[in-house]
Amino acid sequence: MTDASTPVPPKSSLYATSDRVKRRNRSETRFRAYGFAAITVGVLALILLVISIVSNGASAFRQTYITIPVELTEARLDPAGNRDPAEMARVTTFGYAPLLAQALQQHLQGQGISMEGVTPRDLMAMISQEAPAQVRALVLANPEIVGQTVTMEMLAGGRIDGYFKGRVTLESAERDSNVSPAQLLLAERMAEAGLIETRFNWAFITGPDASDQRPEAAGLGIAILGSFYMMIVVLVLALPIGVAASIYLEEFAPQNRFTDAIEVNISNLAAVPSIVFGILGLAIFINFAGLPQSAPIVGGLVLTLMTLPTIIIATRASLRAVPPSIRDAALGLGASKMQSVFHHVLPLAAPGILTGTIIGLAQALGETAPLLLIGMVAFVREFPDAPPEGFFDPTSALPVQVYNWTQRSDPAFVERASGATIVLLVFLLFMNAMAVILRRRFERRW
Amino acid sequence: MPLIWIILAVLALGAAGYVLGRKRAVSSAGGDIRILHSLPNYYGMNVFLTAVVPALLVLVVWLLVQPAVIQRQVTQLIPDNDIMESGELSLIMSDVRRVADGLDRALEQGALSREEARMIRSEFTNIRETLASIGVALGDDVNADVLAAAQRYRTLQTTGNTLMTAAVLILAALGLGYAYSRTHKDFRARNTVERAVLSILILASTIAILTTVGIVLSMVLETRDFFHLYPAREFFFGTEWIPSFEGGSHLGLLPLLWGTLYITFIALLVAVPVGLFSAIYLAEYAGRRMRGIAKPMIEVLAGIPTIVYGLFALITVGPMLRDYFAEPLGFGTSSSSVMTAGIVMGIMLIPFVSSLSDDIINAVPQSLRDGSYGLGATQSETVKQVILPAALPGIVGAILLAASRAIGETMIVVMGAGAAATLSLNPFEAMTTVTVKIVGQLTGDTDFSSPEALVAFALGLTLFAITLGLNILALFIVRKYREQYE
Amino acid sequence: MDDMNDMRLVERAVDDKELKIAADGVDVFYGDTHAIKAVDVNILDKTVTAFIGPSGCGKSTFLRCLNRMNDTIDVCRVTGNILLDGEDIYHPKVDPVQLRAKVGMVFQKPNPFPKSIYDNVSYGPRIHGLARNKSELDEIVEKSLRRAALWDEVKDRLTAPGTGLSGGQQQRLCIARAVATSPEVLLMDEPCSALDPIATAQVEELIDELRERFSVVIVTHSMQQAARVSQKTAFFHLGELVEFGDTSQIFTNPKDPRTESYITGRIG
Repeated sequence: MTDASTPVPPKSSLYATSDRVKRRNRSETRFRAYGFAAITVGVLALILLVISIVSNGASAFRQTYITIPVELTEARLDPAGNRDPAEMARVTTFGYAPLLAQALQQHLQGQGISMEGVTPRDLMAMISQEAPAQVRALVLANPEIVGQTVTMEMLAGGRIDGYFKGRVTLESAERDSNVSPAQLLLAERMAEAGLIETRFNWAFITGPDASDQRPEAAGLGIAILGSFYMMIVVLVLALPIGVAASIYLEEFAPQNRFTDAIEVNISNLAAVPSIVFGILGLAIFINFAGLPQSAPIVGGLVLTLMTLPTIIIATRASLRAVPPSIRDAALGLGASKMQSVFHHVLPLAAPGILTGTIIGLAQALGETAPLLLIGMVAFVREFPDAPPEGFFDPTSALPVQVYNWTQRSDPAFVERASGATIVLLVFLLFMNAMAVILRRRFERRW
Repeated sequence: MPLIWIILAVLALGAAGYVLGRKRAVSSAGGDIRILHSLPNYYGMNVFLTAVVPALLVLVVWLLVQPAVIQRQVTQLIPDNDIMESGELSLIMSDVRRVADGLDRALEQGALSREEARMIRSEFTNIRETLASIGVALGDDVNADVLAAAQRYRTLQTTGNTLMTAAVLILAALGLGYAYSRTHKDFRARNTVERAVLSILILASTIAILTTVGIVLSMVLETRDFFHLYPAREFFFGTEWIPSFEGGSHLGLLPLLWGTLYITFIALLVAVPVGLFSAIYLAEYAGRRMRGIAKPMIEVLAGIPTIVYGLFALITVGPMLRDYFAEPLGFGTSSSSVMTAGIVMGIMLIPFVSSLSDDIINAVPQSLRDGSYGLGATQSETVKQVILPAALPGIVGAILLAASRAIGETMIVVMGAGAAATLSLNPFEAMTTVTVKIVGQLTGDTDFSSPEALVAFALGLTLFAITLGLNILALFIVRKYREQYE
Repeated sequence: MDDMNDMRLVERAVDDKELKIAADGVDVFYGDTHAIKAVDVNILDKTVTAFIGPSGCGKSTFLRCLNRMNDTIDVCRVTGNILLDGEDIYHPKVDPVQLRAKVGMVFQKPNPFPKSIYDNVSYGPRIHGLARNKSELDEIVEKSLRRAALWDEVKDRLTAPGTGLSGGQQQRLCIARAVATSPEVLLMDEPCSALDPIATAQVEELIDELRERFSVVIVTHSMQQAARVSQKTAFFHLGELVEFGDTSQIFTNPKDPRTESYITGRIG
C-alpha cells in the first residue's frame, strides 16, 4: 500500500464552507431543535396541567349564597314549646324545608321579584338540600331564636352556583333535568336585588364532605385533618426510625451479609409500587392486626413504611457528607463512638436530614393508591376526635378525597376535585419551598 | 385506662428512675463525680431505658396481638348458620364491634347504666333504637348471637386492657427497681447505655427487612389460598377477565397484563424521547440561564402527586383526545383509553428519564468529548456517536426503571385507562391494568374468602415480582456502567 | 562531531520550511483572568514545535486556541490573529469543525472512545466523509495505524475495544485517530504525561516520524522531551511568551534570564 493510492482531500480554503460541512451543520441545527422541542414539550405539559387544574378548580373557593329572612315558626320547630333541644331534635330536616320554601316565596313576593315560570317546588330546588340541615343545626344550638325572624344565609343549589360561575348556561339548562332556564333567570333577578351573592367559601376548606346530591356543600375539612393526622404518624415514626437505621448503617454496621441484605432491601423498597404497600397495610394492619379501616393510624403506618427509604437515603447522604475529621477529632479527645456520633456528627447532619424528611412527607402527602385499599375512600361526615383517639377514627385524606369526588356523577364535583387538588398542591409547594430554603440556609460545604 | 395515660405513666416512671438513678450514683461516689465510672447522666439514662423500653415493647406487641386473639375467641360464639345467612363473617364481626362500641358509648353518655349495659337482652330492649339515640347507627336489628358476641367482646376487651395496663406498669416498675439496684459508682453505665442504644439502632434498621418480609408474606399466603380456589394455570394463561360474585368467574391475567404493557409502552414512547432529548439539551447545549429555568420546571413534574396526573387525564387529556382524535378518526368514543393513560404517564415519567439520563450523560468523561471535538466532530455527532453509545447501558437502566414505575403506577390508570379488560390493539379503546384491578377487587365491601377478592393478592404478587425483577436488573446495569468510569 | 553536523543539518532544514501557523498578538481571557498575553509565534510546516514552561503558564491554553478547542468553554475569549496558511481561523466565516479536521489534536490522557479499535480510527474519516467506500476506509485505517506504529500490534484484533489496550497503545491509537483525518497540523497536549518510560520512548519516536508529513506542536512538561523531539521551542511563563527560537539555541544559549532559570531548574 502506498500513500499515492489514498484519497487526499483537495486543498480547500477555511473560509469556504464545504457542502458536506453545510449538511452537517444543518443536521446539527436539527438535532438542537429536537432537544429544544423536547424541553418545550415538558414545560408545556407542566403549564397545561397547571392551567387545567386551576381553571377547573379556582371556582371551588367561591360559593353562591342566598340571603333571606326566615321566620322560625314555633308551631313547627318546637311544638311542645319548652325549648328543650332533645325534644326539638325530633323535628327532622324535612320539617325545616317547607319553612325555607315559604320564607323564600314570601320574600320574593315582598321584594316584587317575579317568579315567572318557577313553581314553588322549583323554587325550593334552588336552595341547597344542605340548607335545611344548616338551619336545623343553628336552631338546635340556639333554641331561643325559635319564634323570631332571622336573616339566614343559605347555600344555593349546585346548578345555581354553577350558573354564577359560568359552568351552567341557559343553553345547558334546556337539556338539564335538574334545572330550568326560568330558575336561572330568577336567580339572575335575585342577584340583582342583592339576595344572591358569590363570595369566598371557607366551608370548602373547613367543612366535611357532602353526599352525591349536594356538591355545593362538600368540603375538605375531614380530608385535611385526616392527612394531617397521617403526617403526624409518619413524622413521629419515620423520622426516629429512619435516622436510627441510617446511623447504624452509616456509622456502626460491619460489612457483612446482614447489613448487605438491609441495604439491598432499602433500595428495592424505594422502588416497590405504592399499591403493594396498600396490600401490605390491608393484609397485616387491618386483616391480621384488626386495626380499624379508614383510620389515620393505618394510613400513617403504611405511609411510614413507604417514606422510610426516602428518609434513610437522605439521612445517610447527609451523614456521609460530614467529614471524617470531625469524628476523628471527637474520638481523639476520648469520646466514645456513640458520643462522637450523637454529639458531633448528627447535629451537623441535621439540616440535610430535615430536608429529606420534608421531601419524604411531601411524597407521603400526595400518595393515594395504598390509601384506597385501606378503606379511606369511605364517605365520612363526622370529624375525628383529637389525637391520640382520633388516630383510630375514620377519616379521609386529601388525595383520596380528590379521587372520591371524581367518581361522583354530578359535574359540579369536577370543580371540587380540582379545588381540592389546588389545596394539595399548595401544601406541597409550601413543603418543598421549606425544604429548598432549609437547604439554602444551612447548606455547608466542607 | 386510655393508651395515652399508660404511655405517660411509663414515661413518668422512667423520668423518676432517671432522677433516682442519677442521685444514687452521685451519692455512691460521695458527691465527687470524678470517681464515677461514667457521667452521672448515664446512670440516670440507664435506669430510664431499663424501665421504659421493655415496658413499651410489651405494650406495642400486646396492642398488635390482642385484637387478633379476641377476634378468634369471639368468632367461636357465632353459630355457622348466622355466617351462612349474612354471607360473611367479617360483616358480622363488624356488627359485633359496633354494638360493643355502642354499648360503651351509651355507658359513657349515661344512656345506660353499667348494670343495664351488662344485662341488656335483645328480647326486651330494642338495642338498635337505643344505640341510634346516641348516634351509633346499625344496619340491622341486633340478634341474640351478635349481642352475646358483643358482650363477650366487651368483657374480653376490658380484661385484656386491664391485664395490659398491669403488665406494662409492673414491668416498668421492675425495670426501674432492677436498674436502680445496680447503680453504683463502679457500674459501667455508659457502656450499658450505649449497648442499649446500639440495639435500638439495629432494631430500627431491621424494619426495612421486616417490611419486605411483610409484603411477601401477606401476598404469598393469600395467593396460596387463591390458587386453592382457582387454578393457577387459568390465572396465568386465561385470556378472559369476567369476575362475578355469584361464582364461575374467569380471572385471566393476560388481558390485564396486556393493558399494563400497552400503556407502559406508550408512556415510554412519550417519556424516553422527550426525557432523553431534554437531558441532552440541558447537559450539552443549554446556557446557564436556560438550564436555571428549564431544569427546575421539568423537575417540578416529578414532585406532582400521581392523583393530580390522574385528574389531568380525566378532565383534560381524555376528553381532548376523544374530541380531536378518537371520534373524528373513528377510533372510538371513550375518553378513558390506553392513549390517555399512556400520554399522561409519559409526562409523569419525563423528569424521571431526564434526570437519570442527565446523571448518566454527565458521567461520560469530558476527555471523550474533547477527543471527538478535537477530530472536528460537531456537537450532535459527538452526542450521537460518542456520548450516547458510551452512556447506553446507563440509559437502558434508566428506561427499565421508568418502565417499572409505569407498570406499578395506579392512580393515572385508575382514572385514565378505564376498567374494561380487553385484548385489543386500538389505543383509543379503554383497557385496564393489573393495578386498576387490584384497586377494583379490594375496595368496597369485600369478602376475603372469595377468589374474586383473593385474586387481587395474586395480581399484587405478580406486580411485585415484575417490578422487582426490572429494578434489580436496572440497578445492576447502572452499577456496572458507573464502575466503567470510576 | 557527527551529532553536531546533524544538528546543523536539521537547523538548515528548518529554515527552508514554509510557514504554517502565524499567531500575532494573541490574548486569551477566562472570564476576568488574562490567561495569555500578547503572544506571537510562527509555526513551520513539517517541524516539531515544543511549548514548555511551568504548569499554569498558559501553554496548553494557547495550544487549544490553535484549533479553537477553547470555543467549547463558555467563558473563554480569544483576541488577536491566528493565521493558518494565511487564513484567519477566528474569522466568522470559518467553521471550527472544518478547522479541526485540518488541525488535529491528541490529549494529555489517552481517551479512546469506548468502541472498537477500527471504529476509533475510522471515526474522523467517517464524519468528514473522507472515504467513498468501505475499502477506502479500511485503507485509511490501516495507513493511520501504521503511521502511529500500532498496526502490527492490533491488526488481528481491530474489532476489540480500544479501551482494552495498554496506556501507550491507547495513546498511539489516539494519534492514529488524529492522523486518520489527514490533518495538516497535529497538536499534542502533553501526550506522554500519563505514560511509562517505554511507552514514552515509542511515542517520541513516532513524533519524530510524523514530522515528515505534518507540522507538529507539542506541549510538554519535560525539558528533556522538548530537547529530544523538537526543532523549535517556545518558553511560556505566566501567560507570556518569554522566548521562542531553535530548540538548540533555547537549551544551550537562552537569551532571557527567566528561560535560563527554568532550564537550570530554578523556577518551575
